[in-house]
Amino acid sequence: MTTATIDTQLEAPAKGDATKGGATAPPSPIATTVRYVLLIVFAVIVLVPLYVMIVTSFKPAGEISTSRAWNLPMHWSWDGWSKAWDALAAPLVRSLAIASVAAVVSSILGSMNGFVFSKWRFPGANIVFTFFLFGMFLPYPAIMIPLQQLVSQDLGLGQGVVTLMLVHTVFGIPICTLIFRNYYATAVPNEILEAARVDGAGMWKTYTSIVLPVSIPGFVVTLIWQFTSAWNDFLFALFLSQPSNGPVTYALQQLSGGQNPDYASSMAGALIASAPTLVIYIVLGRYFISGMMSGSVK
Amino acid sequence: MPTWVPGFLLVLPSIILMGVFIYYLIVRNLLTSFTNRNSNSRLLKVRYIGFDNYERLLNDSNYTHAWWNLLVLTVAFLVGTMLFGIIWAVLLEKAPKGEGLFRGIYLFPMAVSFIAAAVAWKWLLSPAMGPNAVGLNQLFQNIGLSGLQNEWFSSNSKFNMVAMAMPAIWQLSGYIMALFLAGFRGISEDQREAARMDGASEFRIYRYILFPQLSPVALSALIIIGHMSMKMFDLIYALAGANSYVAGVPATLLWAQLSSYQYGRAAANATMILVVVAIFVVPYLIYTRRVEKKQGI
Repeated sequence: MTTATIDTQLEAPAKGDATKGGATAPPSPIATTVRYVLLIVFAVIVLVPLYVMIVTSFKPAGEISTSRAWNLPMHWSWDGWSKAWDALAAPLVRSLAIASVAAVVSSILGSMNGFVFSKWRFPGANIVFTFFLFGMFLPYPAIMIPLQQLVSQDLGLGQGVVTLMLVHTVFGIPICTLIFRNYYATAVPNEILEAARVDGAGMWKTYTSIVLPVSIPGFVVTLIWQFTSAWNDFLFALFLSQPSNGPVTYALQQLSGGQNPDYASSMAGALIASAPTLVIYIVLGRYFISGMMSGSVK
Repeated sequence: MPTWVPGFLLVLPSIILMGVFIYYLIVRNLLTSFTNRNSNSRLLKVRYIGFDNYERLLNDSNYTHAWWNLLVLTVAFLVGTMLFGIIWAVLLEKAPKGEGLFRGIYLFPMAVSFIAAAVAWKWLLSPAMGPNAVGLNQLFQNIGLSGLQNEWFSSNSKFNMVAMAMPAIWQLSGYIMALFLAGFRGISEDQREAARMDGASEFRIYRYILFPQLSPVALSALIIIGHMSMKMFDLIYALAGANSYVAGVPATLLWAQLSSYQYGRAAANATMILVVVAIFVVPYLIYTRRVEKKQGI
């Protein structure tokens, strides 16, 4: 059961459990119909903004504010897409760099911390861990002023990609530590660690030869989670970068901001900027949800 | 050397980073909040002016209005996500056919950034009405409900932030659904069986057997959504702009204060945001710690 804590716990119990016991009457056809009608209505509502984005992104300028704003385009146009691509191509690369570095480094630190906090505790480790956890709930606007001073002036990093890499890495440490700590608590049995200790293995040997090899599921979760949060961030980007050296969210905000935004290119831009995280979600949804659930602390 | 020393050394870099980037910054922000700082420069000589920044903020109707907005936003966000999240979880928890598809649809907005979502919602919640309407206002006209048209978050009403909560509810209801779904699935089927044997209706089973066991889930959900609401900046900045009075919250006001070089004032604002979050989160973390201790973790 090494994947116990990584699995989403969302899967329904196996068929045998669900159907056992004669007391469960099969749901009436009316109940089933009502259930599906509701499920479909809710699904349609949730998909409305996506429909709006796709439809509007293909509309030529004149069609957007007409009385047919909800309809499919009369003339399909790629203008919005090409304009959005021109504005977002370079920031997309910067976002990729920022999110990748932040994901990898915080995951590595999180794994080491999680191991220590679950299996190799020092006196006061639990209290230190609680202080780490507060970082997950820290309202970032509340530390933005000294943060600007710290990274731009004290550390001399200025604004832009490197600064954002550092900041996302640091603020990703709490959640990555939490995910690995909870994962190792069940995935690494104490008996194995005891045996290694008897064999004279030290902390580092134990970590690299016993803990690290079973860590892949944990890494998948933290990498996805960290990549997605760094990719989707706007607050840090606004305070710690410029449109010329910032990530894609900043560029998208520039493209779509203002009183009279060009809706076609804005919506195309929103889809372009969301594509990587949406692909991750569709392909690796299970792990994505697992990372999300670990945000509930326990 | 005690065996724990290498472990401590392994965590030490992170301890330093957390110490500097969280706790040192909190203290530094606190100190700034007592000064008349009006530039970010290190060289600037600042004067300590006590609680002056706080007093001015609390006497500023702009600022108290921003807190009112945040309160309305938070309540609407909480009620909305809990409502949809629980309904969806109840609809899906018995694993109807196609569950995976519906779950995937309900959850996908989580993968989208607030900034990208705001692009669509800016159009949906556009305040124009009548012949110029787009978005939801036009939809209302199309389906013959013109009377429902309104200015959404742009309206100068006491509760306009309910509209601001709509995109946030759209993004995070799936998350709450996932939490509750996992909660339902963690309860053994035997308990329901026993209740059914005793002739309990489905409603009573939910009311008296399932929901009471989910109160820890509800608490987690409450804290997560609540603190997200306190952090909410991107969405409001993207939808209403940084200088909106009608839709301003303390976090967007902070940006506006910085733009006008009121660093001391902004720091006082930041401290108040932090204190309000801490009032809810710190007891929660202590409670979580106690529960873990009882479980021997």
